Amino acid sequence: MSVVRIPPVLRTEAGGEREVEASGDTLRELLEDLSSRLPALGSRVYAEGAIRSFVNVYVDGEDVRTRDGLDTPVREGSTVILLPAMAGGC
Amino acid sequence: MTTYRELLQQTKSEISEVDARAAQERSGAVWIDVREADEWQEGHLPGAVHIPRGYLESRVEAVAPDKSQPVILYCASAARSAFAAKTLEQLGYTDVHSLAGGFTDWKRNGLEIVMPRTLSPEKRTRYSRHLLIPEIGEEGQLKLLDARILLIGAGGLGSPAALYLAAAGIGTLGIVDADIVDETNLQRQIAHSLDTLGSPKVDSAKRAIQALNPDVDVVTYRERLTSENIDRILDDGWDLILDGADNFPTRYLVNDASVWRGIPVVHGSIYRFEGQVTVFKPHDGPCYRCLFPEPPPPELAPSCAEGGVLGVLPGIVGSLQTNEAIKLAAGIGDPLVGRLLLFDALATEFSEVKIDRRADCPVCGEHPTITEYIDYVEFCAR
Ligand SMILES: [Zn+2]
Repeated sequence: MSVVRIPPVLRTEAGGEREVEASGDTLRELLEDLSSRLPALGSRVYAEGAIRSFVNVYVDGEDVRTRDGLDTPVREGSTVILLPAMAGGC
Repeated sequence: MTTYRELLQQTKSEISEVDARAAQERSGAVWIDVREADEWQEGHLPGAVHIPRGYLESRVEAVAPDKSQPVILYCASAARSAFAAKTLEQLGYTDVHSLAGGFTDWKRNGLEIVMPRTLSPEKRTRYSRHLLIPEIGEEGQLKLLDARILLIGAGGLGSPAALYLAAAGIGTLGIVDADIVDETNLQRQIAHSLDTLGSPKVDSAKRAIQALNPDVDVVTYRERLTSENIDRILDDGWDLILDGADNFPTRYLVNDASVWRGIPVVHGSIYRFEGQVTVFKPHDGPCYRCLFPEPPPPELAPSCAEGGVLGVLPGIVGSLQTNEAIKLAAGIGDPLVGRLLLFDALATEFSEVKIDRRADCPVCGEHPTITEYIDYVEFCAR
């Protein structure tokens, strides 16, 4: 199991949770698992087999775009951060 | 009993004394002036660091961490520097030399000297807690007093930034904001107050800054930053931008202009309990478009006015931005370049993720496709 951090703008889709668990050996498997259990959340970040372009995904602090994308390996206990941009300075 | 003269003679025989030419040939040497502050004020060697003899042992490792690095010591006439050389050898320095004839001969022979810029007694008192920090000191404080920082927004992030930058003695602060102070701002925007309700935020912030520190020149721009006015504002000459904007079009606009002009941006953003901070240093590190090539759709980008924000959060995030800005202005420390710091106020947790430059970045990448201002509102509404 890995821990997935949910950004504040997507907490409604995650039942109000700040973190949820998901399993998989790669990011793709993990996002598939997440989508099957929390479809509203899943479709916000992952659609048609790809990560949505406005969401950054970090596995253990590294942007998966600079690693192997959806094939990036995820270890037991890894932290996955989902991060869309925030603009507020208010 | 040994007399002073005998002790000096003996010490000189045990250390290396070099003349000006030999000293100048030691490449990569650290030059340390061990005289007292009043002597330093009357002129010193170019590039020298000032450590009065009495502080030498405690401060030398900060300026010469590598003990095999050449060190040239000088005083007025090579007596104090001879004893200082002996001390540094005891501390393990292996390439230490005392400058023969000291500052007196150097000056008499017509070699270059520099007159230090100094702080007035009033400024020395005001900034005394900075002057005591070896990494800042008088030289660092003078850099802060010379610095010009532009604040985008005088709201949640801009308020603490404006106050702490002013308190730190940043010489010139520019503030861009078109808004008026209203009651809902006072839950967090600490540069404003009941007295300034209904006034433009730039004027309210200027008042707060001047009440705190009259050394600071404040340049106000009571306008919303757009492609039409950004060049005029940046042409006033800013060393760095502290971005506390409240919308995506402005974030992308500030990014593009700063990359083209090579101005570092200290970025901060907040929502509810969470904040993000990083430094975009053009061409040394990623830019905002490397981090977020596209803004989220509007339903995933609510403003604080729509979704709320914990009042103290901008205080924390704006202060973290200010910390980065002060370090950049003083030229010290490790800035948050290529690192995005995330803060969660509810969990009281900081985390950090790596950000890399993207070779295909449309603005700072290898083959830029955006080379002039675009329609930022349209870009962010897609
Ligand atoms: Zn870029």
